[in-house]
Amino acid sequence: MIKKYYYGDYGEIEGGVSSNKSETEFPLWEVFIRSKQGLDHKHVGSLHAADVAMAMENARDVYTRRMEGVSIWVVESKHIHASNPDEAESLYEPATDKIYRHPTFYNLPDEVGHM
Amino acid sequence: MQSNTQQQIPNSKFLIPYCLHLADTTLILSHRNSEWCGHGPILEQDIALTNIALDLLGQARNFYQYAAMLMGVEFDEDKLAYLREPNEFKNHLIAEHPNSDWAVTILRQFYFSCYQYYFYSELKNSNDEQLAAIATKALKEVTYHLRWSTEWVVRLGDGTEESNTKMQNAVEFLKDYVIEFFVMSDYETELLKDAVSIDVKAIQGKWQQKVNDVFEEATLNFVPSPNSRFGGKDGEHSEHLVSLLEEMQSLQRTYPNSVW
Repeated sequence: MIKKYYYGDYGEIEGGVSSNKSETEFPLWEVFIRSKQGLDHKHVGSLHAADVAMAMENARDVYTRRMEGVSIWVVESKHIHASNPDEAESLYEPATDKIYRHPTFYNLPDEVGHM
Repeated sequence: MQSNTQQQIPNSKFLIPYCLHLADTTLILSHRNSEWCGHGPILEQDIALTNIALDLLGQARNFYQYAAMLMGVEFDEDKLAYLREPNEFKNHLIAEHPNSDWAVTILRQFYFSCYQYYFYSELKNSNDEQLAAIATKALKEVTYHLRWSTEWVVRLGDGTEESNTKMQNAVEFLKDYVIEFFVMSDYETELLKDAVSIDVKAIQGKWQQKVNDVFEEATLNFVPSPNSRFGGKDGEHSEHLVSLLEEMQSLQRTYPNSVW
């Protein structure tokens, strides 16, 4: 059986804290902001909100006060699935000695210009 | 610029109190909202309301600076905000009312933002360029305040039985302070002749329509007031403003001319 890991799961499991959240507490949301110069939305932090409308307004109020962004994404944290840090060895280390996967062995003709 | 200044002299007698009215109302409500700083129901709302307080403070500064310019070199924005007596303040009475609970704070912000929205929408066409410019800038801020406070009125009104009761109590609590938005003071009537001020009576219908629409969604009932309170715009205030100013002005009065 595959165990599903949620963002934020690990701290709770390691710390032995129960993940039973109080029913009165708003769910957690992750906030992504695209800056004026940027093309991509970057994760800037998280917040609590009762629903998507409140999450959007809270994100505006908490994370764009200093002209950080021109676009906001919010997603409820429970929808983000995280890789397991215990599997880091098998997931990432095999790539470290495979430098041929970097396209540095090709000689580009001048006509191509900057790639 | 020279000819412009000379043109303004005939109506500066009325323009100065008008600027002070606009400045005082935004300053006092800003201060009330700032009292929530560190006490909001959750961190995110604490920041949201503090943001609104800062927006209103910025609007107040713009109006104070303009008033000070009209009043002469011995005046500046700090003197006008921190060294005037309660009976010199011309804010709406609703602004000085104590915060009470979150429901009252939210409903007051909604009433006020709704009023400001239609007010600035008109004032941006004022014949006075300075007022028009301030209104244009402020309208963007107020549009968000209205969105934010509308969201909360609906959320709480159409929420649980308890939140609905608290919101309906807030409607009752604030009912006497609404009509003052739409009563012309003498200086507004005078300035209206030159299309400098706006006719606040004329925006009452839009305001009421918006409130009715939001209340319908929020399952709240608007309560008309048989004995509305007036006078704030002419300097007649409750004891609440006295204690508010005592606190707000204490630093400047204890350490005159202190700066950040």
